[in-house]
Amino acid sequence: MLIIGEKLSIIAKRVREAMAKRDKGPIQEIAKRQYEAGAGMIDANIGPAEDGGEELMEWMVTTIQEAVPLPVCLDTTNYAAIEAGLKVHNNDYGLPMINSTSNDPERFPMLELAAKYNCLIIGLTVGKGGLPADEEERAAIAAEIMARAMEYGVPLENLYLDPLVLQIATTQEQAIKVIRAVEMFQQLNEPPMKTVVGLSNISNGCPKNVRPILNKYYFLMLERVGLTAAIADPVEMKEAFEEKELFEKVLNGEEIEDKELMRVMKKTIDVIEGKTLYAHSYLEM
Amino acid sequence: MAFEAPKESFSGVVYPVTIGKDVQETFGGENTLPFHKFEGEVPNRPLIALEIQDVAPEDWPETVRRVYADVSDDPVKWAQYCQDELKARAIALRLIGTHPDNKDLSADDAVKVVKDVLGAVKVPLIILGSNHVEKDSEVLPKVAEAAKGYNCIIGKAQEANYKTIAAAAMANEHKLIAMSELDINLSKQLNILLTQMGFDKEKIITDPMCSALGYGLEYTYSVMERIRLAALAQNDEVMQPPMLGDVGMYVWKIKETQAGEDILPEWGSLEERAILWEAMTASSLMLSGAELIIMRHPRAVELVEKFVDELM
Repeated sequence: MLIIGEKLSIIAKRVREAMAKRDKGPIQEIAKRQYEAGAGMIDANIGPAEDGGEELMEWMVTTIQEAVPLPVCLDTTNYAAIEAGLKVHNNDYGLPMINSTSNDPERFPMLELAAKYNCLIIGLTVGKGGLPADEEERAAIAAEIMARAMEYGVPLENLYLDPLVLQIATTQEQAIKVIRAVEMFQQLNEPPMKTVVGLSNISNGCPKNVRPILNKYYFLMLERVGLTAAIADPVEMKEAFEEKELFEKVLNGEEIEDKELMRVMKKTIDVIEGKTLYAHSYLEM
Repeated sequence: MAFEAPKESFSGVVYPVTIGKDVQETFGGENTLPFHKFEGEVPNRPLIALEIQDVAPEDWPETVRRVYADVSDDPVKWAQYCQDELKARAIALRLIGTHPDNKDLSADDAVKVVKDVLGAVKVPLIILGSNHVEKDSEVLPKVAEAAKGYNCIIGKAQEANYKTIAAAAMANEHKLIAMSELDINLSKQLNILLTQMGFDKEKIITDPMCSALGYGLEYTYSVMERIRLAALAQNDEVMQPPMLGDVGMYVWKIKETQAGEDILPEWGSLEERAILWEAMTASSLMLSGAELIIMRHPRAVELVEKFVDELM
């Protein structure tokens, strides 16, 4: 399992300010913390970065790789910024990843870059229109992205299919469909296609205390169906791995000693599987 | 071999709710989908309440306003008219005059109206605020106290003001309408919050927020359906209260119930159209699970009652 550390995102105030000031300190500190928690790659989300995106991505990639011996996941819609990042990326630490292409023609140029620089690329299974309704729609879009990748000369082993995790608080029924999509994606090729998720979106909009719980157990449910990679909080994922054995037991209907933990796990499984209706206080019922 | 229709049965049951003092009405209580008597028990008929107000209904369209023209200047006369002449099974008194943008009547004004109406009719009373978060939390606790012993429904409690209103309903032994804005997860959350403060979940009526035919009815319909399936199929205890369709106030403010034949001749008779609009909205929501409906036009009520006769 590849954990792609999500914490260097322009959405976070501290990161945004450090990016603006080109202050390496916070960026490198956050990169190191994620590396120490087990991240195998660091996501650098600079947003749309319409002005000065190239220089910013260059700076991010070199700043991160000065601090940790990891590849970087280049996260922006700005094509030129991605290319600038790829040019300075130190591939001795592993291949960089482009985040992302999709079935939207505007995103096809990202495949060109993936071919030209021989790097990894995320294929988000959405088209130009609305969100995919279910796992079948996601798989159909995935197949189109795969065909497009081959057309552009991107080897399929470099493509990571992303089913697009949605918020459980507003679209609960999608949680299980995404798990099924991860299963289906793997069957689209031999050897199986690689998969990735933007994990934390599952708990977006949920209360603070509930978020890590949903993130961890949703991750473990995706992991057991063969997920290859997750953009996530590596500290949370480390905890998830520590709880994995217990979680498997609860998932199989076995008893575990810690009854409170068992209750929390069971309730979360029921919410993810759509067996009970989500509410912010679902753990308190 | 004779064909046998497959039957679906559920583990969950909708709570029955009984309101009123001298004359009582019960709704809810079914263990199957709306009107599916062939699959389960539907012990009670949906309850339709006629809506009255504390102030004259100046903003109601002419078609429905003229029905009450002789009585609507006085909530007592209006309530008696609904009970005695129109044979209403329940009355919903909306204290719209307390809204700051309306007449900004005080809680004491509201208490007087509530007491007068309670003294004048025997059918169960539903007491509604003006849906103004702050003003309702001022007015509703006082009227709840004034109505103690009458086993009314008080509403509506929303996420922003549920504590004071629910506490008052609890202390004075009333039922409570819990309203959330067209979001099933928030509806569940509000019911959880209410039960966490000690409010009996069997005294809640869920209002997932209504909308009129042509104005988002399908959203209300779908949220109601999902709430009902959570109650029955998932046996989700906090989702098992009966549901309210507050139909009249949504239907009687849209173009279809106001635009005359002179403006839109192709739409046909305004009166017939408006009445049908309210009846269609109400009966649709009954099909998605509403057991309590608040309506305005007596002829629309008649149509819906006839519809229920055929289904029960």
